Amino acid sequence: MGVGSFFTTKLDEAIGWARKYSIFQYPFVTACCGMEYMATACSHYDIDRFGAGLPRFSPRQADVLFVVGTISHKMAPVLKRIYDQMTEPKWVVAFGVCTCTGGFYDNYATVQGIDTIIPVDVYIPGCPPRPESVIDGLMKLQEKIAAGAQRF
Amino acid sequence: MQGDAILDALRERFGAAVVETHAHRGDHTAVVTRQALPDVLRHCRDDAGLAFDVLMDLTAVDYSRFPGREDGPRFEVVYHLYSIRHNHRLRLKTRVDEDDPVVPTAVGLWPIADWLEREVWDMFGVRFEGHPDLRRLLLYEEFSGHPLRKDYPINRRQPLIGPRV
Repeated sequence: MGVGSFFTTKLDEAIGWARKYSIFQYPFVTACCGMEYMATACSHYDIDRFGAGLPRFSPRQADVLFVVGTISHKMAPVLKRIYDQMTEPKWVVAFGVCTCTGGFYDNYATVQGIDTIIPVDVYIPGCPPRPESVIDGLMKLQEKIAAGAQRF
Repeated sequence: MQGDAILDALRERFGAAVVETHAHRGDHTAVVTRQALPDVLRHCRDDAGLAFDVLMDLTAVDYSRFPGREDGPRFEVVYHLYSIRHNHRLRLKTRVDEDDPVVPTAVGLWPIADWLEREVWDMFGVRFEGHPDLRRLLLYEEFSGHPLRKDYPINRRQPLIGPRV
């Protein structure tokens, strides 16, 4: 390994390490999962311990899109636009079964999983997921971020 | 006015156009023919004794799989009227067939009927003749079918729509 590649590898590692502890998420909250998101974000479970304590309510300033709650067909174009507005690097977390697969809403109104619209990095199942599973999902996302796995 | 008196007044004025009436636990219902519907609605709103100034709800029912009514007119369009002045209520219904699901509009009487009729068109595919802008209200233009019809497959997939420009 030459000096140049050693340097870039270490630099990528450093950037990955920095990124995984400075997650600015955009909570796209549409349904009851939002309550569980709030419980996770507040002091009892405290996602600030993982450097994800500051949600940005503008997609342009966020790098992780938390899709929290059922996405209807009419909401789908909005979600797509929000995703497109985020600057790179960006990651997407599907929070709850509705965003993963449509959940039990197997009907005319609900999108059967947001991965039919946008790419998803981490799926957190549950109806709604316990804060522990959210934190587990967040840590998996951190691993992914640290490894430099991103799609753009 | 008491509910029974309202039904009596309607029967007296419109005669055979009032197909059927019934009362159940204080809810009074009159079923009228489609042809008479605009006149009945206008009378309900403008008559001083009735003065139904609020159209509380306008919806429809699909009776195609209702026991005993599979062969009859498929849809029933339901109007819930309320009078602020007299504090009384009335439910009006009209029946339409599957091959001709058209009902005269009530937008000229109560402006709220605009969106309610669009919703009924969206969900049941019942058209409202004379409506100024009968587009889908809740669903989107690419959607095919009317999901609250009983023969709509519960898990039919519809095309995804992209961002609007």
